[in-house]
Amino acid sequence: MAIEANRKEYLRRLGGKKYFILGDEACAYGAIYAGCDFFAGYPITPATEIAELIALELPKAGGICIQMEDELASIAAIIGAAWTGARTMTATSGPGFSLMQENIGYAIMTETPCVIVNVQRSGPSTGQATKPAQGDVMQARWGTHGDHDIIALAPHSAQECLDLMLDCFNLADIYRTPVILLMDGEIGHIRESVTMPELSTITHAERKLAQPAEDIFGGPELVPGITHYGEGANVHVTGSTHLANGMRDVATPEVHDVLLRRIYRKIADNREQIVRTELDKDTDGKAKIGVIAYGAASRPAHGAVGRARNNGNAVDFLRLITIWPFARTQVVEFCRDLDVLLVPEMNLGQISREIERFVNCRVVSVSKIGGVPHTVEEILTAIEEAV
Amino acid sequence: MGEYRHRLMDYVREEIMPHRFCVGCGCGTVLNAFVNAVEEIGLEPTKMVCVSGIGCSSWIPSPYFRSDTLHTTHGRPIAFATGVKIMRPDLTVVVIAGDGDVSGIGGNHLIHAARRNIDLSVFMVNNMIYGMTGGQVAPTTPSGTKTSTTPHRNIEPAFKVADLVMTAGATYVARWTTYHVFPLMESMQNAMTRKGFSFIEIISQCPDNYGRRIGKPTANDFLKQFRDDAIRINKTEGMSEEQLDKRIVIGKLCDRERPEYVTQLHEIIREQVAAVKREKTK
Repeated sequence: MAIEANRKEYLRRLGGKKYFILGDEACAYGAIYAGCDFFAGYPITPATEIAELIALELPKAGGICIQMEDELASIAAIIGAAWTGARTMTATSGPGFSLMQENIGYAIMTETPCVIVNVQRSGPSTGQATKPAQGDVMQARWGTHGDHDIIALAPHSAQECLDLMLDCFNLADIYRTPVILLMDGEIGHIRESVTMPELSTITHAERKLAQPAEDIFGGPELVPGITHYGEGANVHVTGSTHLANGMRDVATPEVHDVLLRRIYRKIADNREQIVRTELDKDTDGKAKIGVIAYGAASRPAHGAVGRARNNGNAVDFLRLITIWPFARTQVVEFCRDLDVLLVPEMNLGQISREIERFVNCRVVSVSKIGGVPHTVEEILTAIEEAV
Repeated sequence: MGEYRHRLMDYVREEIMPHRFCVGCGCGTVLNAFVNAVEEIGLEPTKMVCVSGIGCSSWIPSPYFRSDTLHTTHGRPIAFATGVKIMRPDLTVVVIAGDGDVSGIGGNHLIHAARRNIDLSVFMVNNMIYGMTGGQVAPTTPSGTKTSTTPHRNIEPAFKVADLVMTAGATYVARWTTYHVFPLMESMQNAMTRKGFSFIEIISQCPDNYGRRIGKPTANDFLKQFRDDAIRINKTEGMSEEQLDKRIVIGKLCDRERPEYVTQLHEIIREQVAAVKREKTK
């Protein structure tokens, strides 16, 4: 999608600058780079700084930021706005993410592109409101009812909060689906140097338009084209099971079967195109120990891997950037020759259990909860115990 | 004999007719008034987006009205409509949904949309019951009534939704019934042409899932009651709250000018964009 003139004007001034900012703030800049036209949100720690910076800066780039009465309204507003052709997003944390689940399902069922940022905090419930956690990994996958697949990305630095927002918006448009940026309180509140990209390096994916305009929920492609409101096409959008033209049909088993399998497959079948990981193989290539981590936990994990190598141990490291769809090919390949895999997570083993479904080596969950990230030493100890 | 075609058939999705409303349901009357109102003010359906939630009356626009339609989750149509209106202020955005949807599960969105005075028209069809799920008590069910979930009697007072919306800050608020179709139609025209939050509470009937439990098994039973109980707002002066509780106060509750939300929002954007441009040329 072409970048609008006002936004170009704004971004041109930013390009190349270095800011020492929060991950949340980097996420907000990322949204502006990604062409976010409309943000609706509700204050919640530790995600509030995203809304605050977007409220301040997005209007300068021609976009709109509003605060709604709750998270239910926030996600509803961004889905409604998306049907006018806008790139839309909201940002929240666990409790708000829980409230949004029904309408995330609505966005999946109606194939509405939009982005939901969840800066995870320690739960369940109010939990440790100001403390980081990675406890919503499975909620991101299965939080809304019914069969579905989902796309979720997890940044591990302030810079990546910015960079991945571009991926989130592009994936949302390419696959016509809600995309979740699964941050955590640690990354949201980390303050780091972030380089603002040059405008010339930014590309926005096209949202494919429907031909004919009426068939926006079916057709030969896994991802049908879309027709927006206000174009005279009498677009009919419903969260009920529907035909290719959007008309409700909840009685015919085949209609539901065809619709749901296509919505599922458009992500599952494109897994290799969507999934991104970052591999750091041990130089001698003979490691029997590996570590897989993501988000905040990947930072001390990578540090511990470096220390272990300095101590003479061969250890491989894989960072998941894409959490969902699960990087099963990459994980299986990574674990092929390992005896032991360590999975440090700031939860009780949510991705660790997912990994166990696919690999043959011993999987050790290095869980840490309580709102404090792992230390390098803790993970190093786990690695040395595994040697 | 030529084939009869209703003059307003172009306004409905003919291909899915006949509609599925029960015999005697008030939703058909509201649909009729709505398409007449749209025609009367010359509104192009291609310049409209109709948003609805979950419940029988949410079917009035979706699927039956031929325009862009957004059939949302239960209780949320006003919040969805907010996003549509902000990004396309040039389109007329209308919400048609039921009392349970708008004032029960979605009550929070209703009062805040009224407070913001966002340029939406909300037509709340109040049949005083959860009809689609088979007749459970609603926030609008008169107290004392037996419903499937208040089998002994309803101890809660009924919500006066139009009064609430007026207090919350809407530009235009009215209450009519399915008996008063012509004033309802005119009121809908006013609502859709006023800039700001417009709200019409339409007292309607559900003979099947409400009426048959309270001794009013036909539409006529309700319509007669609406005719007899209705009292124009300008005739209520001096009446006690107790007296008014037995009546249906109809008419225009308010029609006033207040700053509109989306207009102001876009003003801010224009100011901010202009400031960036000025900064550059400095």
